[in-house]
Amino acid sequence: MALRQAVTARAAPGSQDGWLAWVRRELFGGWISALTTLALLAIATMALPGLADWALWQAVWRPDAEACQAARGMGACWGVIAEKQRVILLGRYPAPEHWRPVLASALLLALVVASGLRRCWKRWLLPAWIVVWATFLALMGGGVAGLQPVPTERWGGLPLTLMLATLSILLACPLAVLLALGRRSRMPAIRVLCACYVELVRGVPLISVLFMASFLFPLFLPAGTTPDVLLRVLLGIALFAAAYLAETVRAGLQSVPAGQAEAAASIGLGWWQAQHLVVLPQALGAVVPGLMNSFISIFKDSSLITIVSLYELTGSLGLALSGDPVWRPFMIEGYCFITAIYFVFCAAMSRYSLWVEQQQARALKR
Amino acid sequence: MAARGIQSGWDFLAQTAGFDIGEQLIAFDAGDSLARAFVVGLLNTLRVALAGIALCTLLGTLVGLGRLSRNLPLRALCHAYVELLRNVPLLVQLLVWYLLLVEFLPDASAAWSWRDALFLSKAGLAFPALVAGEGGWHWQLPALQGFGIEGGATLSPEFIAVTAGLGCYTAAFVAEVVRAGLRSVPRGQVEAAQSIGLSRRQTLRLVTGPQALRVIVPPLTNQYLNLTKNSSLAVAVGYPDLVSIANTTLNQTGRAVECIAIIMLVYLALSLLTAALMAVLDRRAALKER
Repeated sequence: MALRQAVTARAAPGSQDGWLAWVRRELFGGWISALTTLALLAIATMALPGLADWALWQAVWRPDAEACQAARGMGACWGVIAEKQRVILLGRYPAPEHWRPVLASALLLALVVASGLRRCWKRWLLPAWIVVWATFLALMGGGVAGLQPVPTERWGGLPLTLMLATLSILLACPLAVLLALGRRSRMPAIRVLCACYVELVRGVPLISVLFMASFLFPLFLPAGTTPDVLLRVLLGIALFAAAYLAETVRAGLQSVPAGQAEAAASIGLGWWQAQHLVVLPQALGAVVPGLMNSFISIFKDSSLITIVSLYELTGSLGLALSGDPVWRPFMIEGYCFITAIYFVFCAAMSRYSLWVEQQQARALKR
Repeated sequence: MAARGIQSGWDFLAQTAGFDIGEQLIAFDAGDSLARAFVVGLLNTLRVALAGIALCTLLGTLVGLGRLSRNLPLRALCHAYVELLRNVPLLVQLLVWYLLLVEFLPDASAAWSWRDALFLSKAGLAFPALVAGEGGWHWQLPALQGFGIEGGATLSPEFIAVTAGLGCYTAAFVAEVVRAGLRSVPRGQVEAAQSIGLSRRQTLRLVTGPQALRVIVPPLTNQYLNLTKNSSLAVAVGYPDLVSIANTTLNQTGRAVECIAIIMLVYLALSLLTAALMAVLDRRAALKER
């Protein structure tokens, strides 16, 4: 039987844009989604006013211990940071000389930022690195140009964190490249050696390496030639980080087709030249996110040297507040402060990695 | 080393320890040997690592799924969680957890209780436990007595801080692993599942989940290994794990080489063991091709 009546037309689908559609899609798309939105809204209305009260409205901003004590439990005491910022940021560095670590860190930061900018990728960058590092060490250590010498035990805070992170990355990178190349070598002895090193180091925690650096290195060196504890710890972190970086670099090497090395050989490049000019640039470019992840890990891991009694940012917070009965109760505000510092640095690094990826994607499109 | 008058050898393990350990799974007192102290430390490390792995898997999966949710506030919240926890050093997080527990919780005499069965205070979390008594096993409830809490079983604040710190930190990484795994499943699979009428939950359980697992398991193994190695940071909040026992022994006996060797060998063995176990799981999740 034929259908003779016209089927009524369906209503046109609702608008997919406009803020109402957006709200419906993002906040109330289905009853589970709606419930989630309402639940989160309820939690936010319950928790946020209290939090804002503690962190902002009831907080004490002046470095006034009595006001802080009075507001305890109701408001945060941000005054503790104003009072203790020098010790938190600079550790046990002698107070009259504080301009030196500040200037040194500013120089180092400027150098690192400049190295990340495309318009600064010029010939002067390499000499700039040498000059800035020499200035950094001279400023921190003193003993030249009439600066009062400051032993490395008294270095601390953010400058120490920055220095350890940058230097250990700098030392670890070449070693990592060698280890990664070694793991792909055709010579079995080198291959096995590199593989053992990488696997062994990746199997132990960084703390054990730091213990080794601070307790064991001195035992194996001839008496009287013990290098500085900071140097030993720095080497420990660099050797540790190299194993992790090596795996990332190896992944990059594996992503380069064998034809590239063969083509390089066919135009008469030697092995080292082929690696240096053809394979490595492609390999390292392919693993920028992985490398940046490792750099972020190294930056965060530098906090572990607190455990072997060097006062970088985390350690110097304890140094600033633990021994002071007046300000000790406001430790949590101090932790908020250093958390913010670590977060800013790590987030900046991960944003930078995203930017590099975008640049690469654009280059590929062209 | 002999020339410098430094003793070496493994005989020190038989010496009496001379120190007490705050929490122990097997009986231990100061009169027992150092070897037994190391075993106690190892068990504490394993306990905290296993608890951390359980927590990070659960929380990480939830946050990872949350980041793929259709709901914008939930997505934003999970994103913020991952960004914040990943970008702050674990050591700082452990210290903050510990500080929160010992500073802001009430004293044991004024513990927060939930239905008189759970008690949370500076002394830790007390909960009902099965104890052997006359006439077989029975449940023993913790109860407030005088200034403390008696009965039941207790998790120390150190243990809670380390487990929560390790678990929440690693969960941020696990969430990214889970998200990447689910995103790796081709869009067509989801569309095909929807076209045969599966709901979103069924799609996840029957179609995308099993396929994502293949991608998830290897990096998840790495996260478990990282967590186990990171449990060595427990020493910073005074949890008596292997590193803490080795550190105490090192200071007491001066056998640096041996103590550090023990730490390294144990963690190497744990890493290899975890890797082997996860390889079995990986084979089970892998694509069966004929």
